Amino acid sequence: MTIVPATYYNASEQKIWSLLETVCDPEVPVLTVLDLGIVRAVSVDESSTPVAVTITITPTYSGCPAMDVIAMSIRMVLLPEGFPNIDIKQVLSPAWTTDWMSEAGRQKLMAYGIAPPNPRQSVCTPDRFQEEEAIQCPQCHSWHTTMVSQFGSTACKALYKCEDCKEPFDYFKCH
Amino acid sequence: MQASTNLISTTDFLLHLADNALIMGHRNSEWCGHGPVLEQDIAISNIALDCIGQARNFYQYAARLMGEGHTEDSLAYLRDERAFRNCLICELPNGDWAQTVLRLYFFSTYQYFLFQQLQHNSDAELAGIAAKSLKEVTYHLRWSSEWVIRLGDGTEESRQRILQALDALWPYTGELYTPVAYESVGEADMASIQTAWLDHVKAVLEEATLSMPDMGWMQQGGKTGIHTEHLGYILAEMQFLQRAYPGAEW
Ligand SMILES: [Zn+2]
Repeated sequence: MTIVPATYYNASEQKIWSLLETVCDPEVPVLTVLDLGIVRAVSVDESSTPVAVTITITPTYSGCPAMDVIAMSIRMVLLPEGFPNIDIKQVLSPAWTTDWMSEAGRQKLMAYGIAPPNPRQSVCTPDRFQEEEAIQCPQCHSWHTTMVSQFGSTACKALYKCEDCKEPFDYFKCH
Repeated sequence: MQASTNLISTTDFLLHLADNALIMGHRNSEWCGHGPVLEQDIAISNIALDCIGQARNFYQYAARLMGEGHTEDSLAYLRDERAFRNCLICELPNGDWAQTVLRLYFFSTYQYFLFQQLQHNSDAELAGIAAKSLKEVTYHLRWSSEWVIRLGDGTEESRQRILQALDALWPYTGELYTPVAYESVGEADMASIQTAWLDHVKAVLEEATLSMPDMGWMQQGGKTGIHTEHLGYILAEMQFLQRAYPGAEW
């Protein structure tokens, strides 16, 4: 579901897409906003001066405190590149899902020490005491791991520990 | 005339949803730094953050419909107690861990079944917020129901505590699924929500080796602005800064 800059974007829009590749999530700084899949649309109205940029983003979680910082970071990256007229819109629908995370993003997460979301989307259900998903340790790659808590250091992560190397680690949980 | 009546109902309903989420979020956030163990402190703080995020989405939408300079901040920080439309159960003190997780369980079960219906609302914006929130509420429901079972079917002390919590909270549960006029905006079948809520609670209490209380007399009033004495204290704490230093930012 990653949005790839296509040839039908005008030159300004293509430039903005490539600039967005340098805007990172403040809480998971190895991921760009494009890796996360939270940029839904970019449009540039070249008829106004300076050109009017509209960027549509969607939050990972309703309470994600990073959204305001991300919106500010986007402005800070675009401003010196000649785009002072920026409108950042937030949409909730369709709701973000970890399926929108790029393959590159998943690999960067693993290398950073955060287990990426399972490729087989297993979304939370209200069923009690479910069997945990098998999650691979990002340190030693063992599958012998145990969930400590469904809730981790940020809204998007769960807390696991590895039974082999004994390291605790974050899991970017399916959503 | 008809249009403005509808607008009033819609904003009333949005404020009701927002106030529920804000006050629940505030109560849960009081555990931040005080949880029984670190992992559960993190869990309830995450849940508080989800609730406050949901409140922001509902307030932002209400503020757009209301116009006249309203913002999410003015709606949260500058309305008085009688203007708040949250259910009474949200504003009750946390009590101990048992009372906190049982209240969250009752509330999340209600949100879960309500948002399942709201996500199909004819108002696309409202439907979008509900669909987004539902994904988060599912985690809250699962986490809190597991805690109710763990405490009910746990030690003698944990069982005593959850029984006391059940006694204290039960009279406040009926208000969740008993609609007032503006809830027609939700286009939800409240009778089916009541049935689903009672069935779910019965199953979880059974698994927790607890028996379902008699229905009995239920407290009402929060949805129409008649609150317990507890809400005033919450608002005094939450609103003090904006009241003392209007427009302050940091
Ligand atoms: Zn390991």
